[in-house]
Formats: sequence, C-alpha cells, structure tokens
Amino acid sequence: MTRALSFRNVSMTFPDGTAALDDVSFDVGVGEFVTVVGPSGCGKSTLLRIASGLEHQSAGTVDVDRKNLGYVFQDATLLQWRTVRRNVALFAELDGLTPANRTQRVAETIDLVGLGGFEEKYPRQLSGGMKMRASLARALVMEPTMFLFDEPFGALDEINRERLNDELLALFTRSGFGSLFITHSIAEAVFLSTRVLVMSSRPGRIIGSFDVPFGYPRVPELRFEPAFGELAGAVSNTLRGAVAREVRQ
Amino acid sequence: MTDVVEAQAVAAGPDSAGAPPVDQRHRSDRRRSAIGIVGPIATFGVFVGVWYLMHYWALRALWDKPPFLVPAPHVVVKESFLDTERLTEMLRATRFTGYISLIGLGIAIVIGMLLAFAMAQAQWLERSVWPYLVALQAIPVIALTPLIGSIWGFGTVGRVVVCIIISMFPIVANTLFGLLSADRGQHDLFTLRGASRRTRMFRLQFPGALPAIFGGFRIAAGLSVIGAIVGELFFRRGEKGIGILLADYRSQNQVPEAYGAMIMAAVLGITLFALFGWVSHLVVGKWHESTRKTG
Repeated sequence: MTRALSFRNVSMTFPDGTAALDDVSFDVGVGEFVTVVGPSGCGKSTLLRIASGLEHQSAGTVDVDRKNLGYVFQDATLLQWRTVRRNVALFAELDGLTPANRTQRVAETIDLVGLGGFEEKYPRQLSGGMKMRASLARALVMEPTMFLFDEPFGALDEINRERLNDELLALFTRSGFGSLFITHSIAEAVFLSTRVLVMSSRPGRIIGSFDVPFGYPRVPELRFEPAFGELAGAVSNTLRGAVAREVRQ
Repeated sequence: MTDVVEAQAVAAGPDSAGAPPVDQRHRSDRRRSAIGIVGPIATFGVFVGVWYLMHYWALRALWDKPPFLVPAPHVVVKESFLDTERLTEMLRATRFTGYISLIGLGIAIVIGMLLAFAMAQAQWLERSVWPYLVALQAIPVIALTPLIGSIWGFGTVGRVVVCIIISMFPIVANTLFGLLSADRGQHDLFTLRGASRRTRMFRLQFPGALPAIFGGFRIAAGLSVIGAIVGELFFRRGEKGIGILLADYRSQNQVPEAYGAMIMAAVLGITLFALFGWVSHLVVGKWHESTRKTG
C-alpha cells in the first residue's frame, strides 16, 4: 500500500511547556480511512495542524504531499462575503486555476455535495449542515489525494451528522483518497474508518489501534449490527482507560 | 420581502432544522414594519411635545428663565423656513457646509484608510502611531483652530482641515479593527495555500473588514459636520456656512432663526449619516447579518 501520510516519532511541545504529542507514529495509506478518537484536549487537532504544516513539530518527521492535501476544519470557516459558489472556488482561485477551468470543477463539486440550487446563497442563509457541505466542497474541489478532517460534524445534530457520514463515505468510496479523521464520537469513528486510533491526553500518545473489518460501501444499518457494537465497545474501553488514567494523575 | 423568499428557499433545502414556519415569519414581518412606521412618528411627537413643554412651562417653572430662550416650534418654523428669503439663505449655507464636510470626510477616508492599512501590516507602526491618533482625538479641536486658521486661512481650506482632524479617528480605528479581526480559521485557509500578504489583505482582511469600515464612515460623517460647523463658529469669516449663520443670528438675538440653523445642521448630519448607511447596505447588506433594512 502506498503511503499518503506518515508520522514517525513525532513529538510536540508548545512554547509554554505543554506536551501535546509524545512519540506519535502511524501511517495512512492511499485509500485508507484512519480515525483518531480521544478525550478533548488530547492534541488531536495538533496532529492535523502539524500534518498540514500550519504548525511544526518539535521532534520527529512527517511525510506528506502538502500540495495535494485537503483540510476540513471544525468550523465551516466560510468567507461570509462570498456566495457558496465563490467559497467553493476559493482554493482553485488561490492555486491559480484559470477561470474557465474553475467554473466547471466548482459546479460539479457543488452538485456532488448536494448543494445544487444554493450556489448564489451567502453563508448566513445556510443551515449548519449546509455550511459543512460547502466547506467540504471547498476542500474537494482540488481533488486532493489526502484529506484531514478536524471534527467536521461535531457541531451538528445526530441526524445531520449521520447523513453527512453516509455522504462522506460515498465520496470516499468513489474517489479513494487517504483520510485522517478526528472525532470524539466512537460510533462515527467505527462507521467511517478502516482503522481507528485511540489517543490518550497530556501528552497525546497512541494507546490503541483497531482494524475495522467491514467492507465498503457501508449501509446506514451497519450501525445496529452486533459486530459494530462489539468493536465500538472495545474502542470505548480503551478510551475509558485513557480518561481514567488521566483522572488518577 | 426578500427575507421571506430566502427563508422559503432555505426551508426547502436538505437541512432545514431550526427555520421558523413561513407563515409565522410573515406575520412577525408585518408587525415589524408597522412598528417601523409608528415608532419614529411617536418619537417625533414626544420630541415636539417636550419642546413645547420647555417653552410654555419648564423654563419658567423649573429654572425661572424667560421662555424666549427656547422659542416654540411653530415660531421657529415660521421665522426660519416659511420666509423664502431666510430659507434660501439657510439652504445655501447648509449646502456650503455640507460641501466642506464632504471634502473633509473624503480626504479623512483616504488618509485614514491608508494609515490603517499600513498599521495592519506592521505592528511597530501601529504601536508608534496609536498614541498620537488618540491624542488628536482627545485635544479639543477648538484649541487647534487658531493655528489652523493662521496656516491655511479661514476659508475653505482651513475648515476642511478641521473636518479631517475631527473625523479621522473613527475611520482609522474601525478600519484597523476590521482588518485585524479576521477569523483565525480563515487565516489558516490562506496559510495552507501559501497565500501572499497581498492576497490575504485583499481577499480576506479587507472584504471582512467592510462592515466595520462603513460603521466608521457613519460615525465620521457626523463628526465631519460638527467639524465644519465648529470651524465656522470659530473663524466667523469667509463664505457663510450654517455655523456662521448660527453665530450671526445669535449675536443679533434672532433666537428662532438660530434654532432654525441648528435644525438645518442636524438635518445635514442625519443626511450624511443616512447616506453612508445606505451605501453600506448596498455593499455589505447581502451578506452581513447585522445590517438591517432601513426605509
């Protein structure tokens, strides 16, 4: 399997002395969907900020092709003064694509995320779910080979979250990008991933890795299968162990 | 009305949770527009009522002062606005003062925004310039008028300089605040794409700052009118603006006319304020949440 992203012995200590990551190593292959779950404040977001180059690790090496990286933030971070169409076009614009080339791609991507008909709306006219779709489209437009997701659906209600999970998986199955997804929902992690990593906090360490045996495409009903529940339970136990250790300290 | 259309469009979309039912929106819209008309009329009524009360009762009863200090509204209207010659005189003066304030405001906008852009680019510049801007705002402009008058004369140029000095602060302050308040996540987007400072400024910081910038313009517009009038009141020379008329009427004990001149000055200020509100609505009204529809 070709590697899309690789972390080798990465540590991160902030200037104020906080140890966010400690000796983190893992790979994400092309076509692999890796999810990281962990208690809040355990340095999950830092992981993505380092992967994308927004921050630099204190030690270790990160290997990734940053030109072909898609990043979906926790907030939709749409530019309020741009319509959906022009928000989705932002990266294409910043990367210097010709307008002709841009128009076609943008229109296709908007359809792909189900925002057709909303091209000329401004962010304030969109619901939370639609904003996240627009944010997703903006990252998709450059057809990245590796995606970073920072709890993108964390602020949505459960119904919308599950629906966007289904649609994200459809996109993943279709395009086969590599994916590193941060969440604190275990169900979301198991449903989406080929592999789930569990992180402890302060400092962030990877304390468990679970391969998810279900193939793609995955149907929404998978969430109610006994095997799904078993795996979610195992992840949950490891996670609870991490939290308990933290409380004792 | 467009609000309702948008609400329907959104309600028809895939994730419509949270949008209120359309008919309920209709009703509250109608109620809002009724209040929108009745409110200002009622406020105006109270204003005129208090004015009459001052003239016929409060001045004498509360402060033991002669009623002519605040002439009755209908006397002010009759002496100032129903006399054609007087009205022409006041309109011409108001136009001249308006012209002075607009020139002053225009120059203040250019200088103020350039300064704010430079300050947003370099923190050392921001730190070094701020104290002087605050000082300029804190020093009463009256204290500077003799100097301004002796350098630039008491005509158009001197008055414009007063307008610039008095109206620049809110322009710099609001523009700078707007440019620096772009969301961190939005900055990250531009960092990820290796955007240059210029790209970041013109595609992120500047458009995001527009609502704040227009807010600054509106405050500055009112201040600029004050600047023009203060300049005239102090200089008392050159072409007659509304400030000079006011001073003339006062010195000749034409009290109702003096109040008429004050009303003209107020109307001028309100007009400029509304003008910038309208331009602001045109530019950012579509996307900025706090821009309410007026009129």
